[in-house]
Amino acid sequence: MHAIYGFVSGPLVWVAFLLFIGGSLYQVITLAQLARSRDAVVFEYMSFRFALRSILKWLTPFGAVSMRKRPLTTLVAFAFHICVIAAPLFVYAHVVLVKETWNISWWYMPDAWADMMSLLVIGACLFFLLRRITQPEVRYLTTPSDYLLLSMVAAPFVTGFWAYHQFPGAQVATILHMLSGEIMLAAIPFTRISHMFFFIFTRGYIGSEFGAVRHAQDW
Amino acid sequence: MARTGKNAYPFTSDVGIDEGARRLTPGRIQQVINRMLDTEAGARFQVYVDTCAHCGMCAEACHFYLSHDGEPRFSPAAKVKQTLGEIIKRRGEVDVDLIRRATEVAYTECNLCRRCAMYCPLGIDVAYLMLFVRRIGHFLGTTPQYIQDTAHSHSATMNQMWVKDDEWIDTLFWQEEEAQDEMASLRIPLEKQGADIMYSVIGPEPKFRAQLIYQAAVIMNAAGVDWTMPASPGWDNSDMCMYTGDQDMMARLKRKHFETAMRLKAKRIVMGECGHAFRSVYDMGNRALGWRMPPVPVVHAIEFYYELLKAGKIKVAKKFESPVTIHDPCNIVRGRGLHEMLRYVAGETCETVIEMHPNREHNYCCAAGGGVINCGPPFKMKRVEGNRVKAEQLFAAKIRGARTLIAPCHNCHGGLEDIIHENHIGMDLKFMGDIIYEVMEKPAA
Repeated sequence: MHAIYGFVSGPLVWVAFLLFIGGSLYQVITLAQLARSRDAVVFEYMSFRFALRSILKWLTPFGAVSMRKRPLTTLVAFAFHICVIAAPLFVYAHVVLVKETWNISWWYMPDAWADMMSLLVIGACLFFLLRRITQPEVRYLTTPSDYLLLSMVAAPFVTGFWAYHQFPGAQVATILHMLSGEIMLAAIPFTRISHMFFFIFTRGYIGSEFGAVRHAQDW
Repeated sequence: MARTGKNAYPFTSDVGIDEGARRLTPGRIQQVINRMLDTEAGARFQVYVDTCAHCGMCAEACHFYLSHDGEPRFSPAAKVKQTLGEIIKRRGEVDVDLIRRATEVAYTECNLCRRCAMYCPLGIDVAYLMLFVRRIGHFLGTTPQYIQDTAHSHSATMNQMWVKDDEWIDTLFWQEEEAQDEMASLRIPLEKQGADIMYSVIGPEPKFRAQLIYQAAVIMNAAGVDWTMPASPGWDNSDMCMYTGDQDMMARLKRKHFETAMRLKAKRIVMGECGHAFRSVYDMGNRALGWRMPPVPVVHAIEFYYELLKAGKIKVAKKFESPVTIHDPCNIVRGRGLHEMLRYVAGETCETVIEMHPNREHNYCCAAGGGVINCGPPFKMKRVEGNRVKAEQLFAAKIRGARTLIAPCHNCHGGLEDIIHENHIGMDLKFMGDIIYEVMEKPAA
């Protein structure tokens, strides 16, 4: 048990971060190169002002007609995205780990918040799962990988919640928590979760096309 | 799993697709697809395909989806899944049936209206992806016959409708003569050098809507505009090659068009009420030639009418009485943001304007655009039935009193005509120019 703990809390963390950061950089850079050679328009029409206009509009809850058409999904999606990023960044246990390792620290949230956020993420994942199963237009698009991604995102939160509350098997849950977190982190650049950073470019680009070239809104 | 099997739902019979498909071999399919993936699929393609979260938010945007009571295969992302999804997954090792299905989806179930880009949280441009599929169709030779015929006409004559060079000039003379009965001093100046404006139209205008040239001439003359029309190929601004996937031909067409304006040393190109042509000249064709923006400024008729009315060059004698409603064409609204100018022009020329909902950027496409109406009779009912929401929109506007529908785009006109007719909506359909011509003060004959 100790050996496994040592492995997932040591070398694997490095591997995960390396894959996450390195992979993200690799994806963005190779894509920029591809755009240079085959999609010159991307650089030509990208406009800082209109990209930002579109991105901000789409980061505002209910900012787009599309979001207002599906209020519940929008609500859940926003809660999910905020929590999925904020909880791991500002949970006390993570901040302490970083502090102990590198002696740098930042603001952390009360545990009760992190607890609630974890539950929100898990609940949102269940909502997305239900949506995938019950909504015909979503079910049609769904592939097995969508379920896999969903469980991949939910796993660190389920195990984190488990470990924090010291439910039976908390030790195993802690190891699984770290392992699943590492898997998710490493998977970001290589799966559809890469929309985490590609959102800026796709939204920004269509926002630029709509705003700067076509003088129209895109929300 | 996308239902792409033979018996999922029937193919529409079309000579172009049928014959093209008959000649295909697995090797040929794979060769074309791999070449496209290796040489033309760029960063946008890759990101769009890789990051689509399969969330289904785009479904709400598509008139085909809405009109088919939410049938999943009509959502924009589903169209990508049925076409590129399969093609990429199997790296081109797909059968002829899949190509037929992909062809039909890309050419006749998507109007490239770009409404879904406004509903996808990530801003994925499905129109771009459908054009990619069409380009594969172009190389494989599975283009629907009717639209391919117009593309052939473009290649052979540089206009869409097989109009011969002398017929073009004859038509202008004919319309000039006709209009001189109404306004004796009227001219349609041909080949004038250095005019402020080169006026350009689409092939169907001389072919069967010649009265539009007449009306434009009356407007130009009444407004005292310094204008000209070319007597050579290059007069046609339309571009079905853009929609068949023949981007090389698209570039040739636009080059001819711009060079014609440059030869005449015209300061600007003003074009008639056409949406797809505007997209070609202002958005896609110029890019294919390496021009960030058109080398000669391009002004759509709606913007031009706006200028004329704003400057008082055209005066309204008596506003159009029948209450009107406005259809916002995708290519000049989502494509150029002309919706407020369109409302200004309608407000200046009509007594009552009744809005349809949704409108402006969110307006439903006519289901004829993107070359779909140009795919001809085999697909007519598909686009009429695929746009029940438009019929409902029109009915709702009619209930609130609208009697005339203004559609400042040729493709929209054709599509809406069919929707009005098939659904027995009973509305008059007009171009903005029809109305301006009717209500304006004309100098005495």
